[in-house]
Amino acid sequence: MFFNSLLTNFAALEVGQHLYWQIGNIRLHGQVFLTSWILLGGLLVFISLGTKKMENDPKGLQNLLEFLWDYIRDLARTQIGEKVYRDWMPFIGTLFLFVFVSNWGGALIPWRLIKLPSGELGAPTADINTTIALALLVSLSYFYAGLSNKGWRYFEYYVHPTPIMLPFKILEDFTKPLSLSFRLFGNILADELVVGVLVFLVPLILPIPVMFLGLFTSAIQALIFATLAAYYIGEAVEEHH
Amino acid sequence: MLAFNFFGATEGGLFDINATLPLMAIQVVALTYILNSLFFKPVGNIVEKREKFVSNNIIEAKNKLSEVKKLEADLLTQLQSARTEAQRIVSEAENESDKLYKEALELANNEANASKEKARLEIESQTSAARDQLSKQADDLSELIVNRLILEK
Repeated sequence: MFFNSLLTNFAALEVGQHLYWQIGNIRLHGQVFLTSWILLGGLLVFISLGTKKMENDPKGLQNLLEFLWDYIRDLARTQIGEKVYRDWMPFIGTLFLFVFVSNWGGALIPWRLIKLPSGELGAPTADINTTIALALLVSLSYFYAGLSNKGWRYFEYYVHPTPIMLPFKILEDFTKPLSLSFRLFGNILADELVVGVLVFLVPLILPIPVMFLGLFTSAIQALIFATLAAYYIGEAVEEHH
Repeated sequence: MLAFNFFGATEGGLFDINATLPLMAIQVVALTYILNSLFFKPVGNIVEKREKFVSNNIIEAKNKLSEVKKLEADLLTQLQSARTEAQRIVSEAENESDKLYKEALELANNEANASKEKARLEIESQTSAARDQLSKQADDLSELIVNRLILEK
């Protein structure tokens, strides 16, 4: 009886239910903030431990962090270009780390064991608010990057090969954040749902390959998000000749 | 058990957009600054310092290598010139000694010839002197004999 109820609780799916926090007039999705604070706290602890005692000959965690740094630098440099990648590397790296930690944290930590009065804990990136926030930040960044690097000449980009491109380029400014946010949201939510449904139907062994697939997708999504963000910024600062 | 509540819900739903969005954006921006000062700057400093160190060392080593090559070439040319110089000195010395030998030989030959000639002349003069003396003594003797023969008669 106990086992049965544990399983049903463990496997219960709650979609579109949120733990609401009411602060004055505004309402927040509490579960998103709770998980993001836990995960980002872990990330910050990890990073502070790794950078606490840095030496010229890297050891242990410092090695891993330097590898991560190098990876992010390569990503930013190839997409944004040699000239301005330094300015945007922290932003691209933060996007990558945030999305990656959120995705993997959502997939790896058994949040469902923690019962909430309403909704359930999970990857912060499975909430549309988070992904739209990230996507809008990317939009703002590439506008800012283009305007601060090229001034008003940034708008030449809209008519770049021919003025016929103008409506499409304007449309792109809307489709970019839309596709960014929905791709991430859809992938992570779908992964959580698939794992949830499988766990609900067959609680043992069978969900494990799907969970591995989910880890793979999560990492890929983080990489795609960061790469696209860097690519959009690179596109905005690129000089046309 | 499956509680699907997608669209059109007054409360909740998958696409329930509210103040979570701007607050999450602020949180990510704050995270960017925190990670920049905690992770990207310090790790970047140390990595770039090391990269600079390595590339400096490579450049230095290359410079040293080229210097070594230059010195090697220098030494080779010096060695070459020293060899030819030595060869020149040896052949010069050989010539010199040859000349000296020839001179000494000639001198000795001349001297020998001169002393031989002198000896020959002396011998000749002594021979003629002896012959003179002999003929004189023979004259004396013949005179004596003649005188004695005359006297005895």
